Amino acid sequence: MDYGLMQRVFPFFLEAAWTTITLSVLTAALGLACAILGTSARLSRFALFRFLGATYVSLFRGTPALIQLFILYFGGPQIGIQLDAFAAGVIGLGVNVGAYMTETMRGAIIAVDRGQGEAARTLGMSRWQAMCNVILPQAMRLMIRPLGVNINALIKSTALVAAISVVELTYTAQRYIGSTYKPFEMFLIAGLLYMIIIYVVGQGISWADRKARLN
Amino acid sequence: MSQQKPFIDIRHAKKSFGTLEVLKDISLQVERGQIVAIIGPSGSGKSTLLRAINDLDPLTGGEIWLEDKQINKSLPHRQYEKHINEVRQEIGMVFQHFNLFPHLRVRENVTLAPKMLKGLSDAEANALAEEQLTKVGMIERIDYYPSQLSGGQKQRVAIARALAMKPKVMLFDEATSALDPELVEEVNLVMKRLAEEHMTMIIVTHEMGFAESVCDRVLFMDQGVVVEEGPPEVIFRNPKNERTQNFLRKHLAGHKA
Repeated sequence: MDYGLMQRVFPFFLEAAWTTITLSVLTAALGLACAILGTSARLSRFALFRFLGATYVSLFRGTPALIQLFILYFGGPQIGIQLDAFAAGVIGLGVNVGAYMTETMRGAIIAVDRGQGEAARTLGMSRWQAMCNVILPQAMRLMIRPLGVNINALIKSTALVAAISVVELTYTAQRYIGSTYKPFEMFLIAGLLYMIIIYVVGQGISWADRKARLN
Repeated sequence: MSQQKPFIDIRHAKKSFGTLEVLKDISLQVERGQIVAIIGPSGSGKSTLLRAINDLDPLTGGEIWLEDKQINKSLPHRQYEKHINEVRQEIGMVFQHFNLFPHLRVRENVTLAPKMLKGLSDAEANALAEEQLTKVGMIERIDYYPSQLSGGQKQRVAIARALAMKPKVMLFDEATSALDPELVEEVNLVMKRLAEEHMTMIIVTHEMGFAESVCDRVLFMDQGVVVEEGPPEVIFRNPKNERTQNFLRKHLAGHKA
């Protein structure tokens, strides 16, 4: 193993890791926003919204994220959508992970005992008041861990945007392999950095989950 | 001369789930301060009838009136929601499984709705919670979470929560069915106290002894109809209908076993 080379390229990998982190944060934020909309749609009392929500989920979970990215980035210009690679990556992955998060949130909300909503409604609360004051606080606790799983998967799926030339960890590894012919070292550094990011995020989620459980 | 209207007036209540008829044309009038027990085998429609009164299980036919207000009137969605939320404030409900809010302390379980819906200040709501919790003997547990309480204690808090809305009528849906036998009495005592205060109550129950000692009237329901009704001493001691007799015999046998 070429440790000297690894040391020399490491700063560039750190920079790339920063891109991966930025990409992950933006994607997670967009995903959560999509999921809030998606969940509202799926739980709406209007059939049209429920249909739209279900369609969103099955469309984006039913096709590879890579294909979705390709359609957006390479196919987009054909229908007048011009995005730079980074923006296409955030939007493509964000909307994709939003579909998974929609199911996570919806699952957590419907996992709250039916009697909770009934008790709130019999006291005279509106559907909205019952949702905000009784159901959501309980659902939040149920969704932290599974959302953490979604975010974990999302961080790893940021590797896909290498395929549309966003200079993040995976792309950087590939680029240095092109000039150094040392795939083992390069992918090892990339893998290690992914692991650190995921470890830190995982700890954060565990902490949030514990805190929610302690009330 | 207009006859005085009943306090609660259920007229020709019908309810179907798909092709299954759960309530077949039930009429029931309850006077203010009256305590009515509904007994019957599971699947008889007694809980459905109770849940129809505050529209948790909306009827498919018939009318339900509380004083001069029709509860299940047909209105556009938004107006209906506003109407039913107001009506529900006047109808307290106690569930078999308590349905306390587990993320809130006992105090907040009681104060949540009065603060939100009646605009009570923190101080007013606290005073109200203390008053109601004292009444059900749960004041010492005011800062506990529901998970730290026994079933009987949970149910007493649930009753306090319902009472804090100052309802005109209380509905009890098998309030003691989920309790360990030794915890039933403490809940029954609270209900008895309410009875002494002349709270109007409709009680779906399997506790025949309790129904007999507390209620003014007993309805026996089976397969979606009221088979027999009358004062408790008649229904329990001297039922006329064969189905009532069979049900009570089986029920008593089950209790002795």
